[in-house]
Amino acid sequence: MTGTELTVRIWRGQEDGEFQTYRLATRAAQTVLDVVTEIQRGQEPDLAYRYACRVGMCGSCAMTVNGAPRWTCRTRVSAVARKGILKLQPLRNLPVVKDLVVDMTTFFVKWQKAKGVFEPGSVPLADFAIVKPNSAERRAVDAGVECIGCGICYSACDVVAWDRDYLGPAALNRAWTLVNDVRDRGQTERLAAVAAVGGCHSCHTHMSCTRLCPKNLAPTYAIGGLKRASARAALKVTT
Amino acid sequence: MNSALFIAQRMTAVILAFAVAIHLVTIIYAAQHGLTAGHILQRTHGNLAFLALYSTFVIAAAIHGPIGLRNILREWLGWWGHRIDASLFAFALMLLALGLRAAYGVFVA
Repeated sequence: MTGTELTVRIWRGQEDGEFQTYRLATRAAQTVLDVVTEIQRGQEPDLAYRYACRVGMCGSCAMTVNGAPRWTCRTRVSAVARKGILKLQPLRNLPVVKDLVVDMTTFFVKWQKAKGVFEPGSVPLADFAIVKPNSAERRAVDAGVECIGCGICYSACDVVAWDRDYLGPAALNRAWTLVNDVRDRGQTERLAAVAAVGGCHSCHTHMSCTRLCPKNLAPTYAIGGLKRASARAALKVTT
Repeated sequence: MNSALFIAQRMTAVILAFAVAIHLVTIIYAAQHGLTAGHILQRTHGNLAFLALYSTFVIAAAIHGPIGLRNILREWLGWWGHRIDASLFAFALMLLALGLRAAYGVFVA
């Protein structure tokens, strides 16, 4: 594929805008982020996009590549280009700031709404919490804790697209890791938050988040865990 | 959807899975054996098992259906609030009344 011509159609503008076409040569082991950077440096200096680490750690370079949200720093052109064409758009379900940059505010506000922050309680624990590595809680935390907050699952989710109140896979996944954190003292409020309107019960189990998560996490299963935990909590309250 | 509605919908789904299966088997049996309305009513008249099964079926459907409809109205049309909930509660009561009336009618016919 090296040396052949790559056609790249990039969204320019905000909510209103249009695709512009660029052409460049393909290179060995080229990533989608490499392509965007080469276009910005050589052809379109005011092209807006976002990245930081370039090695799949920071989660800032996500965008829609040929219709699917992906982390562009770890996505090879050869794996996603169709007939030598790349179509790049900003992430879905978030307001566009400019070109390929979206405003992530709503995404992170929903983490707060889902009580996706550690709650230590008013009084510190008297001693260290003993968490066995092979305990069910620890394994549940391990399964979801590597989220990098890239927003790919949020962009992939159809429920987010049609329900503006839905907290989304990332926020609920984070809540699930905290539900399994034995040190946390905010479980009652957290389970109430994730069971409210737009919470875990709104998930339709489409599994787009799980299919596209670049870290191979499974937010769908985390949301399933929240459904069970919040249902158990509701039954305890009523009995 | 809150947890109480989630639990109600899942529990009624379990009941409906059995009730619908029995209902379908009954329909197929009646059609395959050429049972007339008269023959069917002969079997259901005074049959408490029939009345119990179909009453359970109706109650489960009257709970399950409106919860699902509520989700559809909310997600597809953006309708929500107390007025919608009150309308769906009335719809559930209507399903319950009509369904139980039908089951009782076949029981006493």
